[in-house]
Amino acid sequence: MIFTSYNNIISPLGFSTQENYQAVSNSQVGVKKVKLPFSQDEFCVAKISDDKIQGHLSQIKNADTHTKLEQLSILSIQDVLNQSGINPKDSRTLLIYSTTKGNIDVLSFDSAQDDRYKGIDPKRVYLPVFAKHLQSYFQLAHTPIVLSNACISGILAIIIAKRFIEQGTYDNVLVCGGDILSEFTISGFKSFNALSNEPSKPFDGNRVGINLGEAVSTILITNKKELATPYNTQIISGASANDANHISGPSRTGDGLFQCLTQILDKNTNDIGFISAHGTATPFNDEMESIAFDRAGLNTIPVNSFKGYYGHTLGAAGVLETVLSLESMKYQRLIKSEGFETKGFSGNITMIESHQDKSFTSFIKTASGFGGCNAAALFKKI
Amino acid sequence: MKEIISYAHIKHNQVSVNGEVVFQSNSSLTLIEFLSEAYKNLGASYPKFHKMDAQCKLGFLCAEFALKGTNFLTENNLSKTAIVLSNCASSLETDRVHQHSIDDKSNYFPSPAVFVYTLPNITIGELAIKHKITGENAFFVSEQLDADLLVNYTETLFQGNTKAAIVGWVEVDGANFEAFIFLTENTENINKSSIFKPLNKTSVITIYNQTIWTH
Repeated sequence: MIFTSYNNIISPLGFSTQENYQAVSNSQVGVKKVKLPFSQDEFCVAKISDDKIQGHLSQIKNADTHTKLEQLSILSIQDVLNQSGINPKDSRTLLIYSTTKGNIDVLSFDSAQDDRYKGIDPKRVYLPVFAKHLQSYFQLAHTPIVLSNACISGILAIIIAKRFIEQGTYDNVLVCGGDILSEFTISGFKSFNALSNEPSKPFDGNRVGINLGEAVSTILITNKKELATPYNTQIISGASANDANHISGPSRTGDGLFQCLTQILDKNTNDIGFISAHGTATPFNDEMESIAFDRAGLNTIPVNSFKGYYGHTLGAAGVLETVLSLESMKYQRLIKSEGFETKGFSGNITMIESHQDKSFTSFIKTASGFGGCNAAALFKKI
Repeated sequence: MKEIISYAHIKHNQVSVNGEVVFQSNSSLTLIEFLSEAYKNLGASYPKFHKMDAQCKLGFLCAEFALKGTNFLTENNLSKTAIVLSNCASSLETDRVHQHSIDDKSNYFPSPAVFVYTLPNITIGELAIKHKITGENAFFVSEQLDADLLVNYTETLFQGNTKAAIVGWVEVDGANFEAFIFLTENTENINKSSIFKPLNKTSVITIYNQTIWTH
């Protein structure tokens, strides 16, 4: 059996999983309108406050030699190492890093003008160099594997961790997902007209687009029963699939996501508490998901998106949303799909419209992304 | 039996298939010029090719050369065919183009047609669309071709639903470029192809180093 173990979330809503789960269960939203250094305009984003980061830097060795993403990743991974007590130098332990853009801010930096990046090698924009930087910080036995597969990276990294452990290659895999807010991604999504100027409304009839967010989240995946204690939950199955339809638009018929769902659903699993959907709040994505869930016969399974609280955190999203779902199952409580008011999709599915207690033993996490990719995984209590 | 049934390698403005150079152009051609020549040599007609960024074009051509003359796509269930690619620079070549378009506030022109290519797995998406391949996807970013990672991960996929896979390396970084793609199947028909190689790390390293480049 492959278990979900200790974990961490660093986001605008807190620097630990507990703080984050408390925040969403109190309906706190991390998304708000802010001025960003590179623009006169306000953007509606989920930004981690610089002051909060500053307050944690004393926990990091030589903090000023790391980029922002490296600082947040070090804090997140360190928290999981502390909680679990696993030895990062052990040859049976691997780190998989999930990200879309890594240190992309380094691409724009001008070392002569920007003090924050003094002493940071421009080569750290290369993901393998970033990975080796983390390896050297934690003295990891293996160079981390970097997965960059658009918005499914986080959940796919968890699925890949399970596969490598089942293969016998590793016993413990730390999966860390992270992406930061940058002018690079904000300008790109803006050029797509994909950004919402208000807090996003996943699955709602008036949704207009996404909010970008930044976060780092880490979870330990393990075959060690003694490390399963946080949730006593195993990863039953996971799959990815491609729509083979369009590089920037989802399939109208939800083909890839439907294919994932048919592969992960276990005939013996009849107690699925909810689906943590991708739910970006773009018109096409949420519509596609509703069709795929409907086609898979999941009409009565309550659905939420965490993007209303966190925005779209790209490479972090799949990890962060899996951790929140595990917390949700631990507390036997469904978390409201923030921003949803009126039905805005054609599939016959059931949204979670308010926080509510529910007795259940399993959940599904899904994601879909550019390049036509989709992924889904099924988690179940032991 | 897990075997490698065909492979292609593009480097130094040359294309090799199963270890033999099958096309070469003048070594002074730029990457874009070379890709255009190689596309003509292939004799393919695929209008979407011309919209792709250099990395997708390179990956597309390498896969086409590996597939040419094989029954890989007709004999395998496309929903059970995986695409697993890797490189070192992720999508940095196109990232630089997008970054350049936003560096100067007085000349600010970010474009969705560029931005969509700032993810390395778009190359997987382009291959999937061309051939209607809907199986597993993964894009890994490693310092150099990591035969261990690619073989181990493909093996895990063969433990599940996957029956065939397109696996390799597609890198564009400034003037440096290289693509290496192999086709592998988990099949009962032993030794049906002329280049029979079992799927393992040694095979992958051997075929990667096999081509004798002419310049």
